[in-house]
Amino acid sequence: MNHDAYDDNYIRAILNSVKSIAMVGASPVNVRPSYFAFKYLAQRGYDMIPVNPGHVGKSLLGKPFVASLADIDRPIDMIDIFRNSSHIMPVVDEALKLSPLPKVIWMQLGARDDAAAEKAEAAGIKVVMNRCPKIEYGRLSSEISWMGVNSRTLSSKRAPIPTQGMRLSLNRMSVGGGETAASDRAAKNKSEP
Amino acid sequence: MTDRHPGFSTLAVHAGAQPDPTTGARATPIYQTTSFVFNDADHAASLFGLQAFGNIYTRIGNPTNAVLEERVAALEGGTAALAVASGHAAQVVVFQQLLMPGDEIIAARKLYGGSINQFTHAFKSFGWNVAWADSDDVASFERAVTPHTKAIFIESIANPSGSITDIEAIAAVARKAGVPLIVDNTLATPYLIRPIDHGADIVVHSLTKFLGGHGNSLGGIIVDAGTFDWSKDNKYPMLSEPRPEYHGIKLQETFGNFAFAIACRVLGLRDLGPALSPFNAFMILTGIETLPLRMQKHCENAKAVAEFLAGHPKVAAVNYAGLASDRYNNLARKYAPKGAGAVFTFSLKDGYDAGVNLVSNLKLFSHLANVGDTRSLVIHPASTTHSQLDDAAKVKSGAAPDVVRLSIGIEDKEDLIADLEQALTA
Repeated sequence: MNHDAYDDNYIRAILNSVKSIAMVGASPVNVRPSYFAFKYLAQRGYDMIPVNPGHVGKSLLGKPFVASLADIDRPIDMIDIFRNSSHIMPVVDEALKLSPLPKVIWMQLGARDDAAAEKAEAAGIKVVMNRCPKIEYGRLSSEISWMGVNSRTLSSKRAPIPTQGMRLSLNRMSVGGGETAASDRAAKNKSEP
Repeated sequence: MTDRHPGFSTLAVHAGAQPDPTTGARATPIYQTTSFVFNDADHAASLFGLQAFGNIYTRIGNPTNAVLEERVAALEGGTAALAVASGHAAQVVVFQQLLMPGDEIIAARKLYGGSINQFTHAFKSFGWNVAWADSDDVASFERAVTPHTKAIFIESIANPSGSITDIEAIAAVARKAGVPLIVDNTLATPYLIRPIDHGADIVVHSLTKFLGGHGNSLGGIIVDAGTFDWSKDNKYPMLSEPRPEYHGIKLQETFGNFAFAIACRVLGLRDLGPALSPFNAFMILTGIETLPLRMQKHCENAKAVAEFLAGHPKVAAVNYAGLASDRYNNLARKYAPKGAGAVFTFSLKDGYDAGVNLVSNLKLFSHLANVGDTRSLVIHPASTTHSQLDDAAKVKSGAAPDVVRLSIGIEDKEDLIADLEQALTA
């Protein structure tokens, strides 16, 4: 596996298949990158679990912090590691003790540990290093294009509407008279030859 | 299956654009609006805190401009871009991210006269200093490096001389000095030269020229190559330090390899204010769709006109890197094998007065202060674009008093040659 450059299909398949993501090193401080990424991924429908022993007892956007991966009560599809490169190996060792094993171990922008990656891959786990899942999701959905970022994708298909789609709204302000009065008059003129 | 890499012409038409989600409009709509509604208070707070991607206010970003930004980023091979009101605005925004009062840049002497003025005079009042170096002498850049140096600035094809800069050699100096190399790629466009492939860290353009290409809209753009580590020596606090404007966010840590483009947007464009009109962005985008076709024709015509002038008895010298005899021809073959651009200078045996006469005798060439139009253009730099320089500086910048600058358009080359012929003999 070449970890210097990833094929878009590799990243796309990961982001399309995982459902639960444990974020190791998640911060409740709302200017930290981990907070941004946690919130963004939660809003895109991922089941997010914040892992940080320093914040047990607190919640991140309504999700309770757990101290370690072993404390999570359900299978985890992906572990997103928000730690420096020097702290990656112990997390990977902990992940390898889980049953079932996670499908993906993702190391955040700036973090890379090739030995840890090799160990995880030997156990059949997919690895991504030195990338941010929020940026990759935004890029592959082209949402990040709002920021002038090169998404390196092309499409001639109509983009999905970024909100939940247009729905009948009960909150629109209705304007009296006007159109209705004119059509009433037209109908009246018709019936009176 | 690996992803296909689309070709340049495909990117010129498609990159950044997609049918409009609401209406299905295929051409990029002109989002002529100042502001964008928020979904709710949390969404608004997320956007202002840089936590979500989205639109707030056209001074910070606009969906039409965003298409232009992604398209130029894709054509240059960068990670992101930021469109601004003009090429000059692009330069101010770039340097605001890099320089504090007392800092220095090293700039090539062969630059567009407007850039020389901006660096020499306007930047002085910000406390930003410029050291000049000679594009033809790489060692002169090396000698100019001091502990205060924060960037090196060059033009890929210099205006007005049309000379080609050895980008890789100067990129090596920048790397050694630990500073980014900024390349103004206006005259080459990414169709002819992609400076990022040769070691540039930032590319700037006046979109007004060949990229827009029709002489109808001003614009500028900054492309982030994503190659420079801004946090290495804490030399670039706008990128590496917690920003008080955003509650302590560190931009490089948060945005990785497109942090410079984000800094230009959320610190530069937001606070300095030179936003590009969405209408201009639309006009420039439409121009870019035909960039490859136009550049082929521009270069073909320029070479034919340069060859004609080189053989004319009244012409003293032609400076066009596309001519085999030109001193920059080897560099042109290396950096711009598809063509040496369409802006170049020549001088007449009868000097300054003959140049002035020529300009007034031309019937098809327009006498004006722009380059990179579909129309062919002519100007006498020494009395216009470079008039604020003294005579020695004029010569060094390639704008000696006897020099005439041409920007060759996409008309029929026979008509351009006939116009020059009659003007030379008139």
